[in-house]
Amino acid sequence: MARRGKAAGGPPLRARLVLLGPGLSYLAVLLLLPLALLIGYTVFRRGRFGGIAYEDGSTGENFARITDPLYAGVLTDSLRIAAVTTLLALLLGYPTAYAISRLPGRWRTVALVLVVLPFWTNFLIRTYAWIVLLSSRGVVNSALTGIGVIDRPLKLLYTEPAVVLGLLYAYLPLMVLPLYSAIERVDPRLLEASADLGARPARTYLSVTLPHTLPGVLTGCVFVFVPSLGNFVVPELLGGGHTVMVGNLIRDQFLNARDWPFGSVLALALMAFLVLLLMAQAWAGRRLGGR
Amino acid sequence: MRRATLLPLWLTYAFLYTPVVVLVVMSFNRSASPYEWSGFSTAWYGTLAGDDEILRGLANTLIVAAGATALSTVLGTLLAVGLARHASGSRLLPALSVLPAVLPDIVLAIGLLAFYSLVSATLGLHSVLLAHTVFGLAFVTAVVRTRIAHVDPSLEEASRDLGANEVTTFLRITLPTLAPGIVAGALLTFTLSLDEFVIAFFTAGPKDPTLPIVIYSMIRFGVTPEINALATLLLAVSFTVVIAAQRVSRLTEAL
Repeated sequence: MARRGKAAGGPPLRARLVLLGPGLSYLAVLLLLPLALLIGYTVFRRGRFGGIAYEDGSTGENFARITDPLYAGVLTDSLRIAAVTTLLALLLGYPTAYAISRLPGRWRTVALVLVVLPFWTNFLIRTYAWIVLLSSRGVVNSALTGIGVIDRPLKLLYTEPAVVLGLLYAYLPLMVLPLYSAIERVDPRLLEASADLGARPARTYLSVTLPHTLPGVLTGCVFVFVPSLGNFVVPELLGGGHTVMVGNLIRDQFLNARDWPFGSVLALALMAFLVLLLMAQAWAGRRLGGR
Repeated sequence: MRRATLLPLWLTYAFLYTPVVVLVVMSFNRSASPYEWSGFSTAWYGTLAGDDEILRGLANTLIVAAGATALSTVLGTLLAVGLARHASGSRLLPALSVLPAVLPDIVLAIGLLAFYSLVSATLGLHSVLLAHTVFGLAFVTAVVRTRIAHVDPSLEEASRDLGANEVTTFLRITLPTLAPGIVAGALLTFTLSLDEFVIAFFTAGPKDPTLPIVIYSMIRFGVTPEINALATLLLAVSFTVVIAAQRVSRLTEAL
């Protein structure tokens, strides 16, 4: 019989090693080491055929390049596109989540599942569907010319709004779900109290429901903003090379231009934005929670 | 309930389902144009069934998803139990364990590409499998940890007091009580791996593309209603699985 673990004493070292060892080693080798590599690459020069030319010594050029108007422009474009997408998702997602929370109990689950269902299909195919809808010979243009609203097809595909639409389509459920759970949790007695005290529905909404659901709003915004910012598939397929986001730049630096050091700088810039965002969210969450 | 409140819900459904309906309808189009309707046909489903590239992509995807799920489930379950029982004071280790789930996929993708190139590893299905295990491990750990929070540790103590050794206690007490969480984590990993494109795109190498990579090149280089047929089939499978899962969870709730 094996020795017994003492109830009060520390657990045996062997159990600790067997349980924690494999997973932590895996993460150390295939997560921390790759991230450390990217950080390290940023100070070196690119190799002639990709990779890194360590023999050329270190440099600060890669960081300087990010201030080049061309690349800085891509970064601000990405932030703008992700922000507009998030705002639209909130404007459509909030009233949607609110409507679901007002449905009779048994319909709520059905309504939520219907919001999430398209999310469980292939991401690329969902994006491709918008090519079929928006292209010059696509469904929308055919319908509009068919009923005589326009003479010539509109340029819908390969525009920035098409990219925003594609991102909105991809991530809208990530906005609706946290909003729904926040709205659902608002204590109905608070709403009754507000009504009993003579507040009209709009007033009750503004002073009770909305403040209580702000943490859900923050979560939903982060859930939409983060994947939108790093996406390169939607800008490529629906932006057609005219709309370039930071994800496309990173992809190109690694797979086409073979400039891994600069690609690493761009990846770190992307992560820096996200860390700032999460810190802002945590700060705002504390402020809201502290009231 | 007022109609005005429901209006945004209908708007959202119209937005979400219009593309889905168009995809499905166009998969039965006779002509080769993915845009113009020219009569009903199921020919593209036949083309699809004979498309070796897609079938190989599907096989590759299933291999990767199955392998990554198995590996993630073992590593993630052990890690979750370890974190709960032997690292409860640490804040760093739990944060590390969820990092792959919150990291932008493109950052993980290029990091792993850099790593594989550093160790001169050949790229193939194995490199995608190992890459998918990084985020799979994070999701399994997270799901199992939420389950452990609801498990009474005195059961494990009782088992040890009754003379069972650690391995027996783990196999007969810990694992069975965690089973629902382990299954949920495994299903989540499998689903995410099936659909994962960005990391696979960077780590797959040219010879063995997974299905999302095949779909990507079809969309970029030659669009025929064949892709609509594929989309319709994938939609049908996803919808069936989601509805079945919903039924099962309602059944288990009822029990």
